[in-house]
Amino acid sequence: MDRNGRRLTAVGLGLAALLPLAFLGVFFAWPVATIVGRGFVTGGALDLTAIDDVLGSARTWQAIGSTVAQSLVGTVLAVVLGVPGAYVLYRLRFPGRTAARALVTVPFVLPTVVVGVAFRSLLVEGGPLGFLGADGTFGAVVAALVFFNYAVVVRTVGSMWSHLDPRPEQAARALGASPWRAFREVTLPALTPAITSAASLVFLFCATAFGVVLVLGGPGYGTVETEIWVQTTQFLDLRAAAVLSVVQLVVVSASLAVSGWSRRRREAALRLQADGTVDHLVRRSDLPLVALTAVVAGGLLVTPLATLLVRSLRTPAGWGLDNYANLATTGSENTLEVSVWQATLNSLRIAVDATWIALLVGVLICVVLSRRPRHPGGRRAMGVLDGVFMLPLGVSAVTVGFGFLITLNRPPVDLRSSVILVPIAQAVVAIPLVIRTLLPVLRAIDQRLRQAAAVLGASPGRVFMSVDLPVLGRSLGLAVGFCFAVSLGEFGATSFLSRPDRPTLPVVVFRLIGRPGADNLGMALAASVVLALLTAGVIGVAERLRVQSAGADL
Amino acid sequence: MSCTRKNSFSLLAAALAVCTACSTVGSTGDSAAVGDDTVVLVTHDSFSVRDEVLDEFEEESGLTVETRAPGDAGTMVNQLVLTKDSPLGDVVYGIDNAFASRALEAGVLAAHSRPEATELVAGLAVDGSDRLTPVDYGDVCLNVDRDWFAARDLAEPRTLEDLTDPAYAGLTAVTDPATSSPGLAFLIATVDAFGAEWPDYWARLRANDLAVADSWEDAYYVDFTAGGGEGSRPIVLSYASSPPYTVPKGEDEPTTRALLDTCFRQVEYTGVLEGAANPEGAQQLVDFLLSQRFQADIPRQMYVYPAVAGTPLPPLWERYAPLAAEPYSVSPAVIDANREEWIEQWTATVVD
Repeated sequence: MDRNGRRLTAVGLGLAALLPLAFLGVFFAWPVATIVGRGFVTGGALDLTAIDDVLGSARTWQAIGSTVAQSLVGTVLAVVLGVPGAYVLYRLRFPGRTAARALVTVPFVLPTVVVGVAFRSLLVEGGPLGFLGADGTFGAVVAALVFFNYAVVVRTVGSMWSHLDPRPEQAARALGASPWRAFREVTLPALTPAITSAASLVFLFCATAFGVVLVLGGPGYGTVETEIWVQTTQFLDLRAAAVLSVVQLVVVSASLAVSGWSRRRREAALRLQADGTVDHLVRRSDLPLVALTAVVAGGLLVTPLATLLVRSLRTPAGWGLDNYANLATTGSENTLEVSVWQATLNSLRIAVDATWIALLVGVLICVVLSRRPRHPGGRRAMGVLDGVFMLPLGVSAVTVGFGFLITLNRPPVDLRSSVILVPIAQAVVAIPLVIRTLLPVLRAIDQRLRQAAAVLGASPGRVFMSVDLPVLGRSLGLAVGFCFAVSLGEFGATSFLSRPDRPTLPVVVFRLIGRPGADNLGMALAASVVLALLTAGVIGVAERLRVQSAGADL
Repeated sequence: MSCTRKNSFSLLAAALAVCTACSTVGSTGDSAAVGDDTVVLVTHDSFSVRDEVLDEFEEESGLTVETRAPGDAGTMVNQLVLTKDSPLGDVVYGIDNAFASRALEAGVLAAHSRPEATELVAGLAVDGSDRLTPVDYGDVCLNVDRDWFAARDLAEPRTLEDLTDPAYAGLTAVTDPATSSPGLAFLIATVDAFGAEWPDYWARLRANDLAVADSWEDAYYVDFTAGGGEGSRPIVLSYASSPPYTVPKGEDEPTTRALLDTCFRQVEYTGVLEGAANPEGAQQLVDFLLSQRFQADIPRQMYVYPAVAGTPLPPLWERYAPLAAEPYSVSPAVIDANREEWIEQWTATVVD
């Protein structure tokens, strides 16, 4: 590459970085900084006394302890159970694999209030699992967190695994290594970037989990996230909320720093294969992993989902599809403003918008972050940027939502009543998932391929189109699936921002379950099943998108 | 390679086509611009009005009503306080007596006039009532599963004191006042009932194996025996208006009953927001919210009683969802001054 070309590339990269930075600056950093800033200013002067008050309280430290503990244990369990799941679902060939892949993703989008009720119905004294005595315990919270986040590990790691060249491992086996040793020394190092990617996502999801923690943790089990919610929405104590938001940022940044550090040590160019060339039929030696995955999927994922399904079929008059028939209505006594089907349509439309916004911004960020600058300073800057783009997942939806209200409220950007605000808020949450899905794959491209293309006379744009894009295309379907899933399931920010005449599916579910009456409960459960099926369907389509676009074998 | 690129391009093109086909921005032609003939109603997420009723108002007045519902009553008031300089709308509906003082003191409300003929149910008005007019009210009460008690030949409890009786040990489920509005209402009821001794009452409740859920739906649908789940507690915190929803199909008696000696009266107010973009339209909308047409529709839409005296009630409403004769109540100013402290003390007594 000559000097001109390099300069062109640098300018191109700078422009590519500008749009995402502007987007996240306006729709994330500014609102969050403003609302947190308000908590530290009293009567126009800086007031830091809240820090002493909040950090001096035992309740705060208890909340920090719970947050870190539930996130660490939830993450470790999700990874330990999810990596074998990724192998089974992405490396083995068996009938029903696509359906199984979609099934494990369903929990990720279910409304937390419904999952909370489904889990607690199982665990409550007198319930089917009441003998465990787990109602209102740390164990119940962690089980639910693993339920929600298992898919993140399976999909992120599985996507990488399905492209991994099996020959190095086969060579190790041929040279006499045991299966475990071959996995540990050959495959695991190659998967580590994807595993740490997934782990950092799960950690952030666990650290900011809200609804399910409230329902399953019981009173007195507070986390930083639930404390922020109470202080902001119920007490309007912005001083305390601001300190807690900073605490949350510190916890999240620390976890990102650790994961970034361990990822950078491992990331290297890998030989990637087209999907579908490296999987194999189930062998006898795979059976233990298949059994483990079956137990996890069956016990942890299917049981609550089946409870949901069964209860959605129960009507006051016995068993039947009445609850589903009611979805065309607005509920008993007009509980809703629109029918559940209308809300489903709203959800889909919003999801389309959220997805393209998140993909546009996310892909640009990935293109920038996948470069490896020669300067150590440049590399460090990349590392910091990488972490910064993850922050939207680690900051409370309440902080972002209230921040929107007090920043995006005046011309030129009075967006508070605009319909575009909901997809934007959802895209902000989905962008980190796009990055963590696409970046490991892009980073695995051998830099020499790009250099070779440039030497042969390709312009930087052409290099991107011919080298990066085909590889990106393989995982794009996965990213699209994640974006849809995030958008369809997002409740926190959406509930603040969506307009009553255009509710999303989780919003109507929340409203239905907030009313007495067997009809309303039944409709809420049926609507949740619809949400689950919709998600599974979208993910299934997205999976196909991935296979088709993966035409090239680099 | 060229084949791949073509694939990627057609993929991209297809994706874009899908985007434009059903994008919210592209297709609806929605304008966020609020014109002179639009009036924006800010309310909580339980607000409900029938389309026919609202359409009638819009036709008569020539106004278009847009609603915003950013969360529960507490969330809504806090958002109004935060956005005082650039209000979320013109009219507010649903500020309750637990949050009324906060809204008044923060100055988020402007004065409005009340139609002269409007006579309100006694005892609902607040200080500063030229800025907040009562619009509906209802009672938060304990509900009992009648069948459960009948099957065991155990008398239903009647009073707050009864709940601490060992005969009712392990039978009651309430909600956390920090996260649930009925929970807060019930805490205030006990403050009114027991005065300074209220923490002692809660300590005795706790000793009698009280269950605390985070939200109404959690308590009613999971813990309650008559909520449709497999709960094990026949006494639950809910509303005086809940029992009608437990009338089995084909019968005419509800299986649950509200304990009318345990109730807190929740009053909801409406008012015009300070700095409203359309103050005339706002006044018209408030007049409408207090009109017979809207008031008569309130019970069926929101399960609460209309605040305007003499509004006809739905048939059987009084039989199925009677109100407490002497509900507990505490003035909004006292609630506002003590809410956080009460919740902290409650948490220390019941949870820690």
